Amino acid sequence: MKQVFKRPATLKDVPFHFCPGCHHGLIHRLVAEAIDAYDLREKTICAASVGCSVFMYDYFAVDVCESPHGRAAAVATGIKRALPDRFVFTYQGDGDLAALGIAEGIHAAHRGEKFTIIFVNNAVYGMTGGQMAPTTLLGQTTTTSPFGREPQREGYPFRMAELMALAAGTAFSARVAVNNPKNLMQAKKVLKRAFEAQLNGEGFSFVEFLSSCPTNWKMSPEQANRRVGEEMARQFPLGIYKDISSEGGRPER
Amino acid sequence: MSSPKMELVNGNEAIARGAIAAGCKFYFGYPITPQNEIPEYLSKHLPEVGGTFIQAESEIASVNMLLGAGATGARAMTSSSSPGISLKQEGISYLAGSEIPGVIVNMSRSGPGLGGISPSQGDYFQATRGGGHGDYRTLVLAPFSVQENYDLTALAFDLADKYRNPVVILADALLGQMKEPIILRPVTPQSFDKSWALTGAKGRPPQFLKSLYLNEGDLTRHNWKLFQKYQQMKAEIRFETDLTDDARMVVVAFGSVARIIKTSIRMAREEGMQVGLFRPITLFPYPEEALFRLSQKVDHFFVVELNTGQMVEDVKLSVDKGARVDFYGRPPGSIPTPDDLLEEIRKVY
Repeated sequence: MKQVFKRPATLKDVPFHFCPGCHHGLIHRLVAEAIDAYDLREKTICAASVGCSVFMYDYFAVDVCESPHGRAAAVATGIKRALPDRFVFTYQGDGDLAALGIAEGIHAAHRGEKFTIIFVNNAVYGMTGGQMAPTTLLGQTTTTSPFGREPQREGYPFRMAELMALAAGTAFSARVAVNNPKNLMQAKKVLKRAFEAQLNGEGFSFVEFLSSCPTNWKMSPEQANRRVGEEMARQFPLGIYKDISSEGGRPER
Repeated sequence: MSSPKMELVNGNEAIARGAIAAGCKFYFGYPITPQNEIPEYLSKHLPEVGGTFIQAESEIASVNMLLGAGATGARAMTSSSSPGISLKQEGISYLAGSEIPGVIVNMSRSGPGLGGISPSQGDYFQATRGGGHGDYRTLVLAPFSVQENYDLTALAFDLADKYRNPVVILADALLGQMKEPIILRPVTPQSFDKSWALTGAKGRPPQFLKSLYLNEGDLTRHNWKLFQKYQQMKAEIRFETDLTDDARMVVVAFGSVARIIKTSIRMAREEGMQVGLFRPITLFPYPEEALFRLSQKVDHFFVVELNTGQMVEDVKLSVDKGARVDFYGRPPGSIPTPDDLLEEIRKVY
């Protein structure tokens, strides 16, 4: 019998600890598939982050270096500069990258560091219990924005894919979602392109995944999934914001 | 072989050249006075040996780049001065927790806060008590000459690899800025097992470096393991004694102050005072046993520091209970002359 579906070699055969309806599991799988697709597993080093994704080494069958909260892009810089022929990526949440690690991320992009940031934006601090994140949606209620995020009080959400696209050192920057099969297939393509940008030495590459957090959003998985496709995708439009391999590198919508 | 040639070298440059001699290939830093000659020298000369220099966006980023490079098994260094070293403490704690080697140079200046750029030994506690969060230690080497800046930096790389631990060079603005003739002796870097390094899981199971231990008992075991390592580091204890054989009083000082007071001690001898010097070179581990043995022969110690009293605590913990420990502390702002310190010796002798 022909096998048509299997666990990627890059994912260990262990159950995820993620909450029901969380998108981390899907994103982990896509990243693992892309690593397999380019046969990178044995030359990959991941700079992990702090947050719900802290246990990367439990799930990914690649070498993993823990980073202090927010510092993964600096750690990845050290790794990639020391071993330029390895494949290096970080996997960071919105608190990690867009708050504490904003300087490390932006500067890595401007230096054109040849690694890839996988950014998981679920608009909330998941691990610590649902506090407001830099990417918390306008109007969104969290444990530290109990009245809903209001620009005059809590400021505006960070748009990381757009921000990273501005850096001259960035070869590729895009925002994707995995809330439905169509978006998931697109995410798969985008992720491969981001990996290619690194493998070809084109520069820094960045993929933002919109993700759900049913637990901290206090929603059912289905409601949360819908929120990603509607409210979230409105405030964070999906698309490729920079691709130096396409003519002019203009944003596509 | 002809005797090695001497060269007039700036203190910071000696650190940079010691690093290159020891096989350091990666440097990450951020400008701050009074250590700028280190990144300036390395930005020019690291590429000549196939190395990489990065001027990072912050001291925080620099120490984390050090963590990343160190995680691959590469020899790497960062340097800064007091306020910048404060920013690096988070990363140093992670280096210690994840057992990643790295060399951190603190060409310390005065504080607290922005303080000033004059020499100070106000970072003694920070350097010797870990400095960041958690119950960890770094090996701390305290040079007192430009020659030692070179020699101890070269040594620091071997020690970092040997113990898989961050090593701190604690000098100060005086040692960074002065020039002295030194011997740039060739260094043969020792090689250590680095099978723990992250190089990609080729032909072996994937591995990781981390400091997070959530399963019951794991963190306790990890902390005990680190503690055992710190005990083993006692094999690296280094110190200098000078004129202690017939001494009635022993001055205890490290770094630049030890250098200055050596002259004061000569002057005191000329006045008939039997004074000697005990100079710790490793500040952690502290040469407590050597100091204890000395305190069984001499019962009067005089601790002199460029702060208001930090190492004096280690001296008091080390010496025999009956010994008298006097202290002279000089807050930052001015450098004492040999005459100033001779006067202080006279007061307590």
